[in-house]
Amino acid sequence: MGAVIEVRGIVNRFGSQVVHDGLDLEVRAGEVFSIVGGSGSGKSVLLRTMLGLQRPAGGTVRIEGHEVTHQPEQALRAVKRRYGVMFQRGALFSSLTVAQNVELPIREHFPVTPELAGELALLRVRMVGLAADAASKYPAELSGGMTKRVALARALALDPAILFLDEPTSGLDPISAAAFDALVLELQRSLGLTVVMITHDLDTIFRVSNRVGVIVDGRMITGTVGEIVDSGHPWIREYFHGERSRALRGKAGADG
Amino acid sequence: MPFEIEDGGSRLRLHGRWTVAEAAALGPGLDALPAPDARALVLDAAGIEALDLTGAWLLRAAEARLLAAGTRVSWLPARPGQLDFIDRAMADDRTPPPSDDEPLSVVSGTLHGIGRVTVLAREGALDALGFVGIVTLGFGRAVSSLKRLRLPSIARHVYETGLTAVPIVSLIAFLIAVIVAYIGAQQLRQFGGEIFVVDLVTVSVLRELGVLLTAIIVAGRSGSAFAAEIGAMKLNEEVDALRAMGMDPVEVLVLPRILGLVIALPALTVLADAMGLAGGALLSWYLVDIPLNQYVERVQGAIADTTFWVGIIKAPVFAVLIATVGTLRGMQVRTSSRELGRLTTVAVVQSIFLVILADAVFAVIFMELDI
Repeated sequence: MGAVIEVRGIVNRFGSQVVHDGLDLEVRAGEVFSIVGGSGSGKSVLLRTMLGLQRPAGGTVRIEGHEVTHQPEQALRAVKRRYGVMFQRGALFSSLTVAQNVELPIREHFPVTPELAGELALLRVRMVGLAADAASKYPAELSGGMTKRVALARALALDPAILFLDEPTSGLDPISAAAFDALVLELQRSLGLTVVMITHDLDTIFRVSNRVGVIVDGRMITGTVGEIVDSGHPWIREYFHGERSRALRGKAGADG
Repeated sequence: MPFEIEDGGSRLRLHGRWTVAEAAALGPGLDALPAPDARALVLDAAGIEALDLTGAWLLRAAEARLLAAGTRVSWLPARPGQLDFIDRAMADDRTPPPSDDEPLSVVSGTLHGIGRVTVLAREGALDALGFVGIVTLGFGRAVSSLKRLRLPSIARHVYETGLTAVPIVSLIAFLIAVIVAYIGAQQLRQFGGEIFVVDLVTVSVLRELGVLLTAIIVAGRSGSAFAAEIGAMKLNEEVDALRAMGMDPVEVLVLPRILGLVIALPALTVLADAMGLAGGALLSWYLVDIPLNQYVERVQGAIADTTFWVGIIKAPVFAVLIATVGTLRGMQVRTSSRELGRLTTVAVVQSIFLVILADAVFAVIFMELDI
């Protein structure tokens, strides 16, 4: 399978602080790729760079073969139709209802009738497991879990091939987080999505990822979940074999 | 259209792209599909190049229409997985309950509107009154201790609302005095009373224009800033955070702004008065040849002991009005960024209105007092 996203030699620095120092990354079609890293390691900066929201000091990002880092906004429109983004805190438009939030990208990009846009929005709302009556609510009336689901529905509005998720399960209780992981997996399989997500949730990493990329020292170490867990790098060892993860893995071992 | 009816109407051959990009043409095309002659229709999906959820949604709708018309539908080679996926997603679909807001008739609609506005106005008035009460109580508590008065915060607001407004207030006061002097000189020349230009400028600037213009500029600059700052903090749950940490948002956010403006606005008014008189002096010299020393003499003759104070005494009152309205509107922001914009606008409009209303009240009081 070919690379859907190809990141080559990305350099990002703020003042004298170097965040990425020649970072490489390849995401293959149809996989779930998790990006892991310590706070301040530049996970969000990497995501913003891949989305074309931030211009890197060096290096290139290709999405489905299109170079995105040094293009004018207008040229990126076609590429941006191909991916959906779910932001960490939802970033729902607070003055629009749930249905209007989901409709917005559809109506912006395609000449559909208002009725069809409404139906397609309702389908997205149902797809992410919300009841139809959630569609008329405003973001301020939603719980944290519902906000995440609506954000996912909006990310899926344009039938994207690629789905970017920024900390999809942060702030959710373990049950809701597990349900959200299952939802992402089901959608990914049904729709054939390529999923790139930033996460800190070890459960999520083990449950849904095919491969993991860890940002350490401004570069990325990638591998399957198993390879990364057994990696010798001290930070990765601490991350996956620290007290919290030992407790998780210990529990999993006892269960099975 | 990416579909054709074949085999005498018993087979619908689908081909080409069925995606959201083509949806605008596909939807009406499928709707216009003639009712099939046969009792059974084969949908041949083998030739479809691309099918996304939108295309699948349209096909599923067409399929549902055919089924409802009593046609037996079968798929070749198989029903696309996307349709099954939509079936699962839409399973046990409850259509949203119809909204109960029936359109009202003209008469009852108008009455309904009047009633709503009245109730909202009452709520708004109570809200404002309650806020004034809370602020007054907070002020009462704060004056008892210097720490609660938060002097650094007050100083910051004096700087932001006062010092940074110096250039614009100076310029506008100067220009307005120039305009008044110019028009005054033109009119008074007809009566040979050009010298009274000085009286006109001096009295109008000191009593009214200086303080009123300053207050309106400050309402636009700082009233909006207060509402927007506090409103954004409300949206970001910062106000709740303050409350949860045992700090009183009125004491932390509202009082320093009010007190800062109470210090800044009179100071700005003095500056505006001075700039206004300077503008008057320039124009008196330029238009009616009154030299500076004669201008100063004439100014002293024109004003009573009270003229300056009649103007300046209004400044703290205006300051309280502007700051209270701005902070109140900021505190009323609850849910959305649209509300933030609306209430910021309301803050500016209302504070300017209240400033002018209060100025009229002052005018009546001073007339009765014969000052």
